[in-house]
Amino acid sequence: MNPAILSEYFQYPFVRYALIVGVLISLCSALLGVLLVLKRYSYIGDGLSHVAFGAMAVSAVLKMTSQKMLIILPITVAAAILLLKRGRDAKIQGDAKLAMLSVSSLAIGYLLMNRFSASANVSADVCSTLFGSTSILTLTTGEVWLCIFLSVAVSAIYILLYPRIFAVTFDEDFARASGMNTDFYNLLIATVTAVIIVLAMNLVGSLLISALVIFPAITAMLVCHDFRSVSIFSAVVSVACAIAGMLTAIVFGTPVGSTIVACDLAVFCIVYVFSALKVGRG
Amino acid sequence: MSLITCRDLVLGYEDGPIVRNLNFTVSKGDYLCIIGENGSGKTTLMKTLLGLLKPYGGEVLFGDGLKQEMIGYLPQQTLVQKDFPASVWEVVLSGRQNHLGKHFFYRKNDHETAEKQMERLQITSLKKRSYRHLSGGQQQRVLLARALCATDQLLVLDEPVTGLDSQITRIMYDTIESLHKDGMTVIMISHDIDAALKYATHILSLEDTHFFGTKEEYMKKKGEQA
Repeated sequence: MNPAILSEYFQYPFVRYALIVGVLISLCSALLGVLLVLKRYSYIGDGLSHVAFGAMAVSAVLKMTSQKMLIILPITVAAAILLLKRGRDAKIQGDAKLAMLSVSSLAIGYLLMNRFSASANVSADVCSTLFGSTSILTLTTGEVWLCIFLSVAVSAIYILLYPRIFAVTFDEDFARASGMNTDFYNLLIATVTAVIIVLAMNLVGSLLISALVIFPAITAMLVCHDFRSVSIFSAVVSVACAIAGMLTAIVFGTPVGSTIVACDLAVFCIVYVFSALKVGRG
Repeated sequence: MSLITCRDLVLGYEDGPIVRNLNFTVSKGDYLCIIGENGSGKTTLMKTLLGLLKPYGGEVLFGDGLKQEMIGYLPQQTLVQKDFPASVWEVVLSGRQNHLGKHFFYRKNDHETAEKQMERLQITSLKKRSYRHLSGGQQQRVLLARALCATDQLLVLDEPVTGLDSQITRIMYDTIESLHKDGMTVIMISHDIDAALKYATHILSLEDTHFFGTKEEYMKKKGEQA
């Protein structure tokens, strides 16, 4: 990579915004990903991202694209709470319900955008929403501040409630028997998940969000053996991949979201091979 | 005053009661074994004592300064835990969660208690090991240490020897017995009647006809039936 080209790009405020937001979102999604993977909730992230897509389409139809967060955030949070409540029921049924919710949101979302969108190029809009190709570079200052505020809030919650989050993730029954209001913490985790997914939609688009949530956590669990180092390693991997992916995308003109996910995948493969060799030798 | 008094307790879920008219008390220093077939309501009873389920009817009263959330609970292992990336230290310390109160983080005396309980169960050398790399017996000791972090009064053990081989089983029972001798009140769910008769002071049987009484009374009754 040519440093001169990069420094030229950094002159543009939208590039700096994109990097700041990218780092924050990847940090939060990695922390949350550890919880979701360990609680066996990985699929919820995927389902919610499709709901967020549907909500985005609704906002486009209502011509509220400038205040789209006002529509997308509440709808996604509501879906998260609903899904988690159902999670207690029979497992298979819950899976099927989630799949139905997820494909319905995609279908209805596309239908709405196709029929009612005011935009001249619907396909480009849909592609951008699904794969996030340009939205990270077209953030308004307001959206940047919203991202910063929400990311700081999520990190603060994770750090301050760390002992309780560990307890409810490791053993929910024990935590509940010790007087902990586990329903509240599950609700909190669901809400935060929804918030992160809506934010991450700007970065990688709604189809690729799961990668951002799952890859760093799984990678960290290959090499780390306690909860704290899994959390830290996962955050480091995620932020590093986001930065590397974004810089590559800027310099080579590749789509941002796919490039970041490709970086996550590459790091996972390298770590996987490395840990397999280590086990083989040890 | 008893630690726990169950009065006319009815256990069950939405679709109806499983166990009716359960009356028993647990006093300080007791070692109560709850025995019965699978499906007889042992686990439901335990979950009700721990506050994980609401009683279908009747009541559970706590006395002698015992609070429900100050019970040390040794659950059966779940699949999620078996490969959970946590160090032994993190797991044991999480037992102090009911002492956090309004604080965000564990304090010095939480750390000291966790150290002490690890010492007591001879798992101090495993402190930095990953929980998922331990043997079944070691994992069980770690969870027992966590339960001891939560309580200094009452342990509730759910089938504590499930899946352990006979030697480790004996060591586990001996450990529990020594905790009992140190003054800990113990409630153990078990379908191992031999062990129940060997270690327990009291028996609660959830067979067709409920029985609650001391071990001697239980043996006498069984003798009469035979």
